[in-house]
Amino acid sequence: MARAQSPAATDWPIAAKDFSNQRFSTLDQISQTNVASLKLAWSFDVGVRRGQESAPIVANGTMYVITPYPNILYALDLTQSGKVKWKFETAQPDPMSRGEACCDYVSRGAAYAEGKVFFNTLDGQTIAVSAETGQQVWRRKLGNIHVGETMTMAPLVVKNRVIVGNSGSQLGVRGWIAGLDINTGEIAWKAFSTGSDSDCLIGPNFHPFYDMDRGKDLGLATWPGDQWKLGGGTVWGWISYDPELDLIFHGTGDPASWNADVRHGDNKWTSGIFARRPDTGEAIWYYQYTQHDLYGHDGINESVIADLVLESGKPARKVLLHADRNGYLYVMDRTSGEVISATPFVRVNCSKGVDLKTGRLIFNDEKKPIMGKVVRDIAPAAPGGKDWQPSAFSPRTKLLYLPHQTLAMDFEEVEVNYIAGTPYIGAHAKFYADPVSPGDGSMGAFTAWDPVAKKPVWNIKEHFPVWCGALVTAGDVVFYGTMDRWFKAVDARSGKELWRYQVESGIVGQPITFLGPDGKQYIAILSGVGGWPGVVVSNDLDPTDPISAHGFGEAMKDLPKYTGKGGRLYVFSLP
Amino acid sequence: MNIARIFWLVTFAALLVSCRREVRDFHTGGPPKVRQLKGEPAAPDRYFSAQGPQMEMERNAYALSEGKRLYSNFNCIGCHSNGGGDIGPALMDARWIYGATPEDIYKSILDGRPNGMPAFRGRINETQARQLTAYVRSMSGQARESAAPSRDDHMKTTAPENSVDRQMPKPDERPKL
Repeated sequence: MARAQSPAATDWPIAAKDFSNQRFSTLDQISQTNVASLKLAWSFDVGVRRGQESAPIVANGTMYVITPYPNILYALDLTQSGKVKWKFETAQPDPMSRGEACCDYVSRGAAYAEGKVFFNTLDGQTIAVSAETGQQVWRRKLGNIHVGETMTMAPLVVKNRVIVGNSGSQLGVRGWIAGLDINTGEIAWKAFSTGSDSDCLIGPNFHPFYDMDRGKDLGLATWPGDQWKLGGGTVWGWISYDPELDLIFHGTGDPASWNADVRHGDNKWTSGIFARRPDTGEAIWYYQYTQHDLYGHDGINESVIADLVLESGKPARKVLLHADRNGYLYVMDRTSGEVISATPFVRVNCSKGVDLKTGRLIFNDEKKPIMGKVVRDIAPAAPGGKDWQPSAFSPRTKLLYLPHQTLAMDFEEVEVNYIAGTPYIGAHAKFYADPVSPGDGSMGAFTAWDPVAKKPVWNIKEHFPVWCGALVTAGDVVFYGTMDRWFKAVDARSGKELWRYQVESGIVGQPITFLGPDGKQYIAILSGVGGWPGVVVSNDLDPTDPISAHGFGEAMKDLPKYTGKGGRLYVFSLP
Repeated sequence: MNIARIFWLVTFAALLVSCRREVRDFHTGGPPKVRQLKGEPAAPDRYFSAQGPQMEMERNAYALSEGKRLYSNFNCIGCHSNGGGDIGPALMDARWIYGATPEDIYKSILDGRPNGMPAFRGRINETQARQLTAYVRSMSGQARESAAPSRDDHMKTTAPENSVDRQMPKPDERPKL
């Protein structure tokens, strides 16, 4: 077989476009001055009407679209307005996996590398398919749905490793990340998020920046008894990679269960970030955003790689930009794991700040959950100031574009029982529009954040959480979608709305852009409401129960008035 | 008729009703086996019939409150919330994917269903499954109002089971995907 073509810089081969996770494209045909005339070029029905959280990907004149369960992969020919080239529908995940996925049956995307397309299935398989023919190259079963283990994240391919992780913290699943051989799918390494140092691939080269993350077998010592076996910390979010440092950066999910009384201690290595070697998985450093998480604040949000001059006159620093569920925007030194700054980007009352000397989050005792007592007005709510929906960074504006939510919650810890394969939650939660900030009933926001000045530059309020990723281009245009069915283009510098288009169903996906074979710039997005807040529509919940959808029922009770279910790809271009 | 006589009549009537509401069933097996005599056709299983013992559970406060407790303890609440649904379908509405009869629900709980509902046979006993069945039906107003739970022990969420409007069960006709 001829050597597979490498994707061009104007392609979009992985969900986050490239290793930096900036979601920035150098394409500038579509700009502030002409975006208002953007028109639909073509659209495509994906045939599954569940939450479409995935990013379509583009490589070598073909677009690949992965659907939610049953995880059908389409190859669409971009020279023929998306004509189906082939369709891979033999993933056939176990139907029982639908009863194990906490937040709809989503997939967050596929990845293209070296002539193959890689994706995960809801029932815990990683599959490699030939990009040209659609024939299966290999498949590997990694997750056990009988203990609630699913896979929803988008793989990242670094050198000869396909890097994947599991989902299911809410079912008491023990988190892991694994590196598979790109040609065979053999497991080259697997690192757990709880347990002994050897299980977590922590060895002599592990040097965390803060004392709190140093010590032997903290993945055992910071848990009571065997609780680490049910400890969560699943790796269902984004992975970034710095080729110069040869480090991957990935977050870990929240500890299980939400009833924190059953797991006294810091609960390493949950709700934090690891830097690892992609070849071996060996841990180099770690930082825990939230020690002994009390509110369901995962650490899996993306860490965007950038080099920024933080103080004028000094050289640029190699940083990671990370907007965490706990409500703080972290600027970290990616060589060491040092927190340079941690600034709240939403109202935070469940903690009082981050101690930059010790690295510890300072909890607010007034908002500490107590078994059997309803603690009211906790901000941010369990989905956090921002959830999985990925941000974008423009090296031109030096701004980070944050799609996120402004929610507070009432929270009551209750007795919790572990039954394998059933939810292991131990709390009742009810989310609602943050009553203080913004305080006008809006639950979503799209914020342009200056990580150097540590403040917002502009902010757009949205009625529902902005559960869709962001895209920014060299045309200084930012794209995002809303759950009430609008796909929007705004000015990257001012936030002024420049264009909007109403799609079939609410948007919870990831916008992308690419240069078509005809030399024109295109923008693509999947519509189809779902995910944690959207499951109210996609699974026909009865929102008169305010704790339905793990606490989202109350906040989302009006969603059915704005959108029905859907599953359609939209591709736009200038006329 | 003097006042005392009316008082006693009312009290007696109330006692008759409440006896049924408060009765405890100590039979802990599953549906009783119907003895079949040689040469006779099989007797219809009357267990789930309108006058059968399962329907008695829907008129019995103890069975319903046990069902409510088990609903939390066995993590039903994690997938179905307080009836509004989540990973699993809503239970307080009129739509039933696998049927709304006590027999259908009892079978769903013990044997599971292929699209995500795990089987609880071996995890709970049959009496508990019967109590859960009765409670699940009370969430859409199928149980007797005087016996259904009137309060939650936790964060106030949905209306209590004894004051929800009765939904007329209908089969699920939504497209499968």
